[in-house]
Amino acid sequence: MHFTLKIWRQAAPRAKGCFEHYAIDQVDGDTSFLEMLDMLNNKLVKENKETIAFDHDCREGICGACGLYINGRPHGPDDGITTCQLYMRRFRDGSEITVEPFRSKAFPVIKDLMVNRNAFDKILQAGGFVSVNTGSAPEAHTTLVSREKAEESMDASSCIGCGACVASCKNGSAMLFVASRVSALSLLPQGKPEASRRARAMVLKMDELGFGSCTNIGTCQMECPKKITVAHIARLNREFLYCKHSDLQE
Amino acid sequence: MAGILNAKIPEGPLDQKWTLHKENLKTVSPANRSRMHIIVVGTGLAGASAAAALGEQGYRVNVFCMGDSPRRAHSVSAQGGINAAKNYRNDNDSVQRLFMDTLKGGDFRSREANVFRLAEVSNAIIDHCVALGVPFARDYAGYLDNRSFGGSQVSRTFYARGQTGQQLLLAAYGALNRQVALGNVTVHCRHQMMDLVVIEGQAKGIITRDMVTGRIEKYPAHAVVLATGGYSNVYFLSTNGMSSNASALVQCWKNGAFFANPGFVQIHPTCIPVHGTHQSKLTLMSESLRNDGRIWVPKDKSLAKRLQEGSLKPSDIPEDERDYYLERRYPAYGNLVPRDVASRAAKERCDAGLGVNKTGKAVFLDFEKALETKGREMIERKYGNLFQMYEKITDENPYKEPMQIFPAMHYTMGGLWVDYNLMTTIKGLFAIGEANFSDHGANRLGASALMQGLADGFFILPYTLPDYLSTKIGELLPEMAHPAFVQASEKVKQRIRNLMEIRGRTPVDDLHRQLGQLMWEHAGIIRSAQGLTETFDGLEVLRERFGKETGIPGSDKTVNQELEKALHLEDFLLLAGLMVRDALHRKESCGGHFRVESQTKDGETLRNDKEFQYVAAWEYKGPGSEPELHKEPLEFRYIHVTERKYK
Repeated sequence: MHFTLKIWRQAAPRAKGCFEHYAIDQVDGDTSFLEMLDMLNNKLVKENKETIAFDHDCREGICGACGLYINGRPHGPDDGITTCQLYMRRFRDGSEITVEPFRSKAFPVIKDLMVNRNAFDKILQAGGFVSVNTGSAPEAHTTLVSREKAEESMDASSCIGCGACVASCKNGSAMLFVASRVSALSLLPQGKPEASRRARAMVLKMDELGFGSCTNIGTCQMECPKKITVAHIARLNREFLYCKHSDLQE
Repeated sequence: MAGILNAKIPEGPLDQKWTLHKENLKTVSPANRSRMHIIVVGTGLAGASAAAALGEQGYRVNVFCMGDSPRRAHSVSAQGGINAAKNYRNDNDSVQRLFMDTLKGGDFRSREANVFRLAEVSNAIIDHCVALGVPFARDYAGYLDNRSFGGSQVSRTFYARGQTGQQLLLAAYGALNRQVALGNVTVHCRHQMMDLVVIEGQAKGIITRDMVTGRIEKYPAHAVVLATGGYSNVYFLSTNGMSSNASALVQCWKNGAFFANPGFVQIHPTCIPVHGTHQSKLTLMSESLRNDGRIWVPKDKSLAKRLQEGSLKPSDIPEDERDYYLERRYPAYGNLVPRDVASRAAKERCDAGLGVNKTGKAVFLDFEKALETKGREMIERKYGNLFQMYEKITDENPYKEPMQIFPAMHYTMGGLWVDYNLMTTIKGLFAIGEANFSDHGANRLGASALMQGLADGFFILPYTLPDYLSTKIGELLPEMAHPAFVQASEKVKQRIRNLMEIRGRTPVDDLHRQLGQLMWEHAGIIRSAQGLTETFDGLEVLRERFGKETGIPGSDKTVNQELEKALHLEDFLLLAGLMVRDALHRKESCGGHFRVESQTKDGETLRNDKEFQYVAAWEYKGPGSEPELHKEPLEFRYIHVTERKYK
C-alpha cells in the first residue's frame, strides 16, 4: 500500500507550526499506524532530516501515551481503540491521511505531534486517590464489595489518561477523565468517605487549569478508546452537588 | 580471582528472619526525615510504591520518569494478576507453599531468605491495594476471586480483568500523587537518568537529561533508589514498552554496582507471532488464558504444512490428529507448566516442522472446549479484552478459530546484585523490582512480578532504607559544584556530543533490530557454547557500525527521539556482551537458561548444582577489559533441592 501523509510539524511550544506532506510506500496492511510512522521516520533519518516527534510506549493500548488526531478523529477512524491499535489495513490504498496532535488549550504542543498532558497529573494530585497510609489497611475481606459495584468501578477505572475526551470536546472539557476516577473510587466502600471532597477538589483544579465546561455533547464518550460512558459524569455531578450542598448548610 | 559476596542474610529460622531483622534495623526520627533527600528513578509499581511509602514517612523524595506521566510506566501493561498466599480457596495454600513454588519455579537459583520474605509480605499487598481502591474481581457474595497461573497447583492469583497491572499502577500512582499534594514528593517527568554520582564510595545523586529541553541537570541526595525495570529490549522485539531501557542499570554497573545473573531472561510462551519486518514490538496474551485454553499442533507434518499454506483451517483438523503436547508431556501441570518449559516445548514442536501460521513459527491456543463447557458469556467476562485485542491485531476471531501464539522476550530475572536490604554493592544505591535480581532465580512464575514490585516498594525498602539513612543524620547534601557532580555532568555532555557528531545515515532502529536478531538466535530460548562464542564477534561488528553509521538528525537541545534511542542502544550493546558472557560461563541448564550441552535424555533442563549453585555477579572493569566474576553461593537450608519436575 502507499499513502500521502499530511502531518503537523511544529518545532517548539511557541513556534508557528504547519502541515508538511510526505509520501510513503511499501506499507503492509498488517503494519500498525505507529509502525508506519516509524518507517517514515527511518526514511527521514536516511535523508538526514529531523524526525517527527510523537508519544508512544506500550503499543498495546494500555499506557495511554499515544494519541494522534487522524483524519479529524482522536485515535483515528475506529471506535474503542488507541492510535497504537490502529492498523493500515483500515485505510484505502493511495489515500491521503491527515495527522495532527491532540489540540486543546490545556494540552500545549511540545513538538510536532507531542503534547503536554501534565494537567491530568495535577487534577489527580488534587484528590484522585484514597488517603490510606501503607501498613494501615485491614484484612482485605473485612469489607465486601458487590460484584456489580466492583465491575462498574472497573469500567470507570479503565481510563488510560490519553486525553481523547478533551481533544474531541468542543469545550476542551476534562469531565469524562475526572468522572472516571471519581466514579471508580466512589463506587467502592474504600473510596466513599472522601467521595464528595474528592469530586470538589478535582473539579476546581480542572477549572483552574483551563479545561472547559461540560455541555452534555457526548463526543467524549464516542471517542473514548476504553468506551467509558457519560453515566459516570452524572455520578461526578451528584458527588459535586452533594459537596456544595453540605457547604451551604455549614 | 573471584571474590565471594556476602548477602548479609540475618540469622534465625527462615520464617522469623524478616521479623527479627526488622527489630534490628535502625530508624530515623520524624524530625530528621524531612532533612533526608531520596531519589527514586522509575515510577512503575516498585518506584511509585517506594516513593509513596517513603513520602508517607516524611522523607523528601525526588522521583524521575521518562514518560509524560508516572502512570505510563510499563507495569501498566501487566495483564493476568498478582499472587498472594491468602488461601481464600481453602486449597491448602500458605506462605510456605508460595515460597516453595517460587523457589522451585526459579529452578533453585534465587536466594532462599528473600523469596520467603516475598511470600511473607504478599498478603499485606492485597490488603493495601484493596484499601487503595483497586477494583479486583469479586464473586457474587462480594469476596475476592482468584485464578490459577503456571507453576502452581493452587488458585492464588488476584486479578482485575486482564488489566491487573494497570489497576495496581493506578493505585500506586494515586498514593504517589497524594504525597505530591502533601509536598513530600516531587515528580520530574520526561527526564532520563544519565549517570550516577558516587562520592567516596557512596551514591550521592544522579545526572539527568531533560528530554524536552536537552538540559543536563544535577540532583544530589542521601540515597538513590533504582526502579527502572528490566532489559528485555536488548532483543529489540519484546513485550516491553518501546522506551523500556537498561541505561540506568548499565550506568550504575559502570560506576561499580555488580550485575547479577544478566543471562537469566524470560521468554513468554503466549505472545502474538511476528508478522513482518517493520514490526516494532510483540504483544503478550496473558498467561491466564492457559486456565481455559489448550495448546496444540497437528500430529502430522503434512497437516502442519497445509495449515501453513492456508489450505486447511484449524477447525478442519479432527481431534485425534491434534497433539496437545503440554498435556502429553506434563500430565500433572498440563497447560499450566512454567513459562520456560512451555516456551521450549513450543520451539521444539516448531523446529520439528509442526508449527502453524504462514511462517511455521506458531502453535494453537484453543478455547473450543472451554467455550463448549463454560459458554461464551463466561469466557467473554474472563478474557473479553484479551480476545478483542487479539482480533484487533491479527484480524481473526478467536471465538471461531484458535489463537496462534509463539514465545517472545518478556522479562529479565537478572539485574543489579542486592543484599538482603536491597542495597547494591555501591553504598546508598538500592535496586528494587525488576531492576534487581534476587527473587526469581532462573525463571519467574506468572503474577509474581507485580507481587515483587509492590513488596519491595511498599513493605521492604521503607524498612531497610531508613537503616542506611540513620547513618547519615546531619550530613549535608553535596554541593552541585562538587567535582564529582561536575565531572559526571561533563562526561554526559561529552557522550551526547560524540553521538551527535557521528553524522551517519543509518537509523538506530536498523542497528537495534540486528542486535535483537543476534541475541534472539544465540542467547534466546536455546543456547550453545559455539553460538554464544560467535555472538561476541557479531556484537563487536555492531558496536563498530554504531560508532560510525548512526544517524541522529536535529539538535540535542530539544525533543530528539533518535538521540534517546541511540543512548539506549549504546548501553544495550554493552549489556548484551555481559549477558552473553554470563550465559557462556554457566555451563548448566536451569530455568529459562537452556544450554544444549546440559540436558536430560527427555530434553529437559539439567542443572549442575555442584558447580553452579551460586549467583554470578559481574564487576565492570573498564572499557576493553573483561568484567570480573564474583560469586554468592546459594544455600538452601530449609528446603530440599530437587530436580524440577512438572510431569
